[in-house]
Amino acid sequence: MLFGIAWDTSSNWTFAVSILPILLRGLWVTVQATVLGFFIALVLGLVWAALKMVPLKIVSWPAAVITEFIRDTPLLVQLFFLYYVLPEYGIIFPAFLTGALALGIQYSAYTAEVYRAGLQAIARGQHEAARALNLKSVRTFTHIILPQAVPRIVPAMGNYLVSIMKDVPILSVVTVLEMLNVAQIIGDRTFNYLVPLSMVGGIYLIMTLVASAGVRFVDRALPKRGIPLK
Amino acid sequence: MTEPIIKFDKVIKRFDTFTVINELDFEVQPGEKVTIIGPSGSGKSTVLRILMTLEPISGGVVWVDGEPLWHEKAADGSLKPASEAHLHRMREKMGMVFQQFNLFPHMTVRRNITEAPTQVLGVPKAEARERADQLLDMVGLRDHADKYPHQLSGGQQQRVGIARALAMRPKIMLFDEPTSALDPELVGEVLGVIRRLAEEHDLTMLLVTHEMNFARQISDRVCFFDQGKVLEQGKPEDLFTAPKEERTREFLKAVLEGN
Repeated sequence: MLFGIAWDTSSNWTFAVSILPILLRGLWVTVQATVLGFFIALVLGLVWAALKMVPLKIVSWPAAVITEFIRDTPLLVQLFFLYYVLPEYGIIFPAFLTGALALGIQYSAYTAEVYRAGLQAIARGQHEAARALNLKSVRTFTHIILPQAVPRIVPAMGNYLVSIMKDVPILSVVTVLEMLNVAQIIGDRTFNYLVPLSMVGGIYLIMTLVASAGVRFVDRALPKRGIPLK
Repeated sequence: MTEPIIKFDKVIKRFDTFTVINELDFEVQPGEKVTIIGPSGSGKSTVLRILMTLEPISGGVVWVDGEPLWHEKAADGSLKPASEAHLHRMREKMGMVFQQFNLFPHMTVRRNITEAPTQVLGVPKAEARERADQLLDMVGLRDHADKYPHQLSGGQQQRVGIARALAMRPKIMLFDEPTSALDPELVGEVLGVIRRLAEEHDLTMLLVTHEMNFARQISDRVCFFDQGKVLEQGKPEDLFTAPKEERTREFLKAVLEGN
């Protein structure tokens, strides 16, 4: 029994059917961690990108060093650091939040590059024309630069969304009851790993396909007329 | 002589250690059509970019319409570096046409023209659209208002660029090599629009170009730039037929033979 739901081990098929609701509980946690981690990666990545594009070295350099450091150390190390070291200094987050934070921080270093590439792909002439026409800098960013940058950014961000989802099982090592952890517990208790782990794989496949289709849908729905895309 | 509308007073512009504009003194009278010619790297485009506030100056003072462009008058009468608000106000006097057109690719032709008047000058949308259509009429592109820039030829795009700059009702129009990025057969239609502008309006026009025949026809004065200074200037008939300086003669010979 897990989450108050019992399983039926009489055959692999009845077993699969009976544990599906339990795995879906785990999936719900996986989805939540994905969404929260992605949100943190999007926001924090934009902050890094903005800092890295500041012409002052004292601002851009630390941001570059930090993101390089994040990218060059394993997610698992960062996760352990947040989970085991921060509490020693009195900073205690629930496991789920720690996990989502670790995912978000790790991927923010990658999304920062996506933002930067997307924004810098806009020709300098666009900024100059906006300035010559006396458009305010906020208006220039929101109505001239961003509409041209977003279609370049969305596909790459979609790939990172899928990657984050596939990295969520790492959170199982800090006791987060996401889908893989749930499957492993079921396996430990029933000595049948084949069924729950196969189901996790299958569900992941479906989720990845759904997420990719979602990203493609968003990408297609974006207004792209006239924007030169590579 | 009236008060000049543009006045460069010992203006210096350096990029790192390279001096592009070297203690330049240069004046333009209101309504005057001035063409700047010269070899590449002579600083001619930089003059326009300084005026449009796209490049800050390294020294000297630029005056536009009686006010310092890159400076503001402090309480004690001395000049201090201009604030963004001052630059914003000064930019209203000028419009610029770029070599690469720089139209906004995600906006229709009409939206390209109405964006700044509605956002910056607060012109009501309907009025801005009407004005855009008039300007498109003037540049011969009324039927293309709802198209996107990529659907137009280079010459058409540049004519939209001219209409877009005019929509802000500038006193001074700056043309930075407006036909240099165009296929030869499209140059004429753009020059035609600029010519009409020069003939029919009292706009002050400053044009950087390699089209010597055109410069000769529309300019009140031609300035030959060399090494960040005006080496020689005069009426087009004088400068083109009897240049005084050796460098000017060499340049004109090279350019005219190339044509």
